[in-house]
Amino acid sequence: MNFSGRNDAASANMKPIQVKLVLLGESAVGKSSIVLRFVNNEYQDNKEPTIGAAFLTQRCKLDDRIIKFEIWDTAGQERFHSLAPMYYRNAQAAVIVYDITKPASLEKAKTWVKELQRQANPNIVIALVGNKIDLANNRSVPYEEAEAYANENGLLFFEASAKTGTNIIEVFTELAKKIPYEQILANNKTLNSRTNGQGDNGRVNLNESENNNQDGGQCNC
Amino acid sequence: MDEEYDVIVLGTGLTECILSGLLSVEGKKVLHMDRNDYYGGESASLNLTQLYKKFRNNEEPPASLGKDRDYNVDIIPKFAMASGEFVKILVYTDVTRYLEFKQISGSYFCKGGKIAKVPTTQIEAFKTQLISLFEKNRLRKFFEFLQKYKEDDPSTHQGLDLTKDTMETVYSKFGLEPGTQDFIGHALALHLEDNYIHQPAKETIEKILLYLYSMNRYGKSPYIYPMYGLGELPQGFARLSAIYGGTYMLDKPIDEIVYNDQGEVIGVKSQGEVAKCKAVICDPSYVTNKVKKTGQVIRAICILNHPIPNTDDVDSVQLIIPQNQVQRKHDIYVASVSSAHSVCAKDYFIAIVSTVVETSNPEAEIEPGLNLLGPITEKFVYISDLYEPLEDGTKDKVYISKSYDATTHFETVCDDVKDIYKRIMGKELNFEGKVKRGDEEEINAM
Ligand SMILES: Nc1nc2c(ncn2[C@@H]2O[C@H](COP(=O)(O)OP(=O)(O)O)[C@@H](O)[C@H]2O)c(=O)[nH]1
Ligand SMILES: [Mg+2]
Repeated sequence: MNFSGRNDAASANMKPIQVKLVLLGESAVGKSSIVLRFVNNEYQDNKEPTIGAAFLTQRCKLDDRIIKFEIWDTAGQERFHSLAPMYYRNAQAAVIVYDITKPASLEKAKTWVKELQRQANPNIVIALVGNKIDLANNRSVPYEEAEAYANENGLLFFEASAKTGTNIIEVFTELAKKIPYEQILANNKTLNSRTNGQGDNGRVNLNESENNNQDGGQCNC
Repeated sequence: MDEEYDVIVLGTGLTECILSGLLSVEGKKVLHMDRNDYYGGESASLNLTQLYKKFRNNEEPPASLGKDRDYNVDIIPKFAMASGEFVKILVYTDVTRYLEFKQISGSYFCKGGKIAKVPTTQIEAFKTQLISLFEKNRLRKFFEFLQKYKEDDPSTHQGLDLTKDTMETVYSKFGLEPGTQDFIGHALALHLEDNYIHQPAKETIEKILLYLYSMNRYGKSPYIYPMYGLGELPQGFARLSAIYGGTYMLDKPIDEIVYNDQGEVIGVKSQGEVAKCKAVICDPSYVTNKVKKTGQVIRAICILNHPIPNTDDVDSVQLIIPQNQVQRKHDIYVASVSSAHSVCAKDYFIAIVSTVVETSNPEAEIEPGLNLLGPITEKFVYISDLYEPLEDGTKDKVYISKSYDATTHFETVCDDVKDIYKRIMGKELNFEGKVKRGDEEEINAM
């Protein structure tokens, strides 16, 4: 397994498998810090959220596949319990974070597990992460308690620290190993095969420029 | 809540969410609240439980319909015109990255009790039963005129002045029959009723061109539709707003809007606390004393276990019954999507029949539409009042959106967005290029 920036030359000619990964959990447990540690290997205490940024990508190599994590951060919408379901729609992986010094944040994490089990993609791979283990002196959630809960619910489990970097890469590595790629690839295939030459089963890419018929070109009618 | 905001937005319908996103992008400090615990208001898409809660008094949905989570049923049927303003706003704001769109597979038109496909190509145009053979030649001349027409080149105008001459004049110049006029005015220009005939032709010509460009863009119909239903749209724009600093609070009952002695808004009170602001944007339901009722629309949401008959078994259609065919003033619309759009369980279809209410027996008014659907598994009929603001907000700084109308697409929503934007910002909404992002990385096309 090997994580790299986006300009990895060796992987450039292999088609990456895109994996949507979402972060969930109570406000201030360290979700954004975990992403920044993972993607840029940086950490700042009390960092203000970056305006205009809530979407990062990270490629990693697993066996002979290139995985491209499309990481969605909450954009602060969880602060007043107003995260839109669109956010976790179709996610293939989720990192649900709590703060080991705040028992209430584990309870909130559990409600996210339930919500994903009810609403999300049934094959989603979930990791439960107890963040801020650098503050172990103030721990108030026992490791065993959270671990037992994770095991009962089929979640990966880690304690980690965005501040020190402990276990951060491991969270994403283990997630990457558990994602059912064959299924993702098979899904993409069925979608592409039902196309009748119309391109991707009627799916459209709005960002491609329009047919140049706009001014005085031929009209099909 | 003890901060001061530039704008407080009430309601998370599509119009409000687009404005919230655009204003946050402009650097305005936005607080966005909704009394419901879900996004979208009238523009939400409902799962089965929510649908039965809303229309059937909390009744349990029948198990035969499948899983609750497979359903995302729109309450207000609309499609997006592929080359319309709404798509331009989506591209400009990059909200496209949160959503996936699919084509609507066909556009149909009722004539003489028969359903026919609206032709998408010249070959189809010459095969269609919609138009007689002689008429096809005249229609071709009309389309040639449209293609060559350039506003600033009088030699392409064929002696017409579209800003003054009415559509009636244009029709008679090309010798087009009433049946063809119905087709052009209702299937292509998508007019709801016939007043347009006596108006300057320019607006109608622009509408026809929008239809044709949109049709050309992806080929099957002029329309596209988001996977998982229209409710994804407001959520996408809410995320945009949040990314640019907007604060979101759902499930916030609004006690009152607070004004100063001059009658200008100074804040919004919710659960006993006042959040200060310089302006409010809201939908009509938050300011019932500042809006007037302009009409009613009846809509019937139908769950089918088969495609609509005579539409080539496609997974999605728009079907228009022009008013003339059924002795009405307003067209009847049918919009249908299916499991192909992840809005219902496999092998099911959702068809919404709608029209502007003209009589005291609105259910009878949609009969002609319902009759085209074949057997209906479930039907939810409801009537919505349409509202418009009494004032434009310059005095009280309360900017009120219009209710979602009976048109088939989002172009009038965009008109409302642009209009409100201009009133608040004092400048035109310009969406050339793309909004700047922070360090969001571009997704490489795969
Ligand atoms: N001590 C410690 N503080 C952390 C850690 N991760 C995040 N924080 C701090 O916790 C606060 C909230 O972090 P943030 O990433 O914004 O949380 P979010 O709201 O879940 O995205 C910030 O002040 C961070 O500096 C960690 O691992 N250890
Ligand atoms: Mg954050």
